[in-house]
Amino acid sequence: MPSRDEIFEKVKAALVDALGVDEEDVSPSATMVGDLGAESIDFLDIVFRLEKAFGIKISRGELFPEDVLSSSEFVTNGKVNSAGLAALKARMPFADLAKFEANPSVQNFANTLTVEDMVRYVSGKLAA
Amino acid sequence: MRWFWIDRFDEFVRGTRAVAVKNVSLAEEHLHDHFPGAALMPNSLVVEGMAQAAGLLVAESIQFNRRVVLAKVAAAEFHFDAVPGDTIRFHAEVLDIKPAGSLTKVRTMVGDRVQGEAELFFAHLEPGAGVPQLFEPAELMRWLDHMHIYDVGRDEAGQPLVRPDL
Repeated sequence: MPSRDEIFEKVKAALVDALGVDEEDVSPSATMVGDLGAESIDFLDIVFRLEKAFGIKISRGELFPEDVLSSSEFVTNGKVNSAGLAALKARMPFADLAKFEANPSVQNFANTLTVEDMVRYVSGKLAA
Repeated sequence: MRWFWIDRFDEFVRGTRAVAVKNVSLAEEHLHDHFPGAALMPNSLVVEGMAQAAGLLVAESIQFNRRVVLAKVAAAEFHFDAVPGDTIRFHAEVLDIKPAGSLTKVRTMVGDRVQGEAELFFAHLEPGAGVPQLFEPAELMRWLDHMHIYDVGRDEAGQPLVRPDL
């Protein structure tokens, strides 16, 4: 099992390649969408690169829950409802959703995921 | 008129790799003023050729069931310019493919020199609302015939590709 720092370095390399950002921009607290400019299509590119870098398999929607965020079951008036929040927590135990819960509008989700969440996600996959 | 930036395939292995060819000619009008007296094949159009070679490789492997759209060009690098009289060979390779998208790598060669290289990422869009049809089926088949895909193509088992009846 690689160390947290080793995982971070590989995640950083994947994000630099996928998003065309500078290495120094990829800090643990940087948000994927707000700070690094990731768009929905980039998450699939990131999935390809993480799978290759770590030898893991990532299912659709595991890293970025676009199906939850676009579901009428889980979203009411542009906000993720309690069932949706429960679904997000179950799906994404690696993400810190506390801030998002305070104002769970779908638009805000873009600024929820951070680089550190990606590192935690990969650590969880490698430990499984 | 369609936007053709490869002339034909010389090799085509379903979902794996392909080699496409483009002959650069001063008969192409876009070279007349790019640049006056010093014609150069624009590398932006080489990227388009890369996308056509790799995109057809991906689209054929999923039976043209989804719209394969160039979504990102990553790590593109060019080492010199192709000029009229050159033959560009596009070596396309599928690195990874999923239902929603694919990652490919294309290297262009002129003679034995590497002219350019890039990673191309394609999104595979479900046909339907908001996703226009890119080709009429008959038009697509004409393009594939021009490209000789069913003359040189092989499937994963090395058997000749069967031309679909679209």
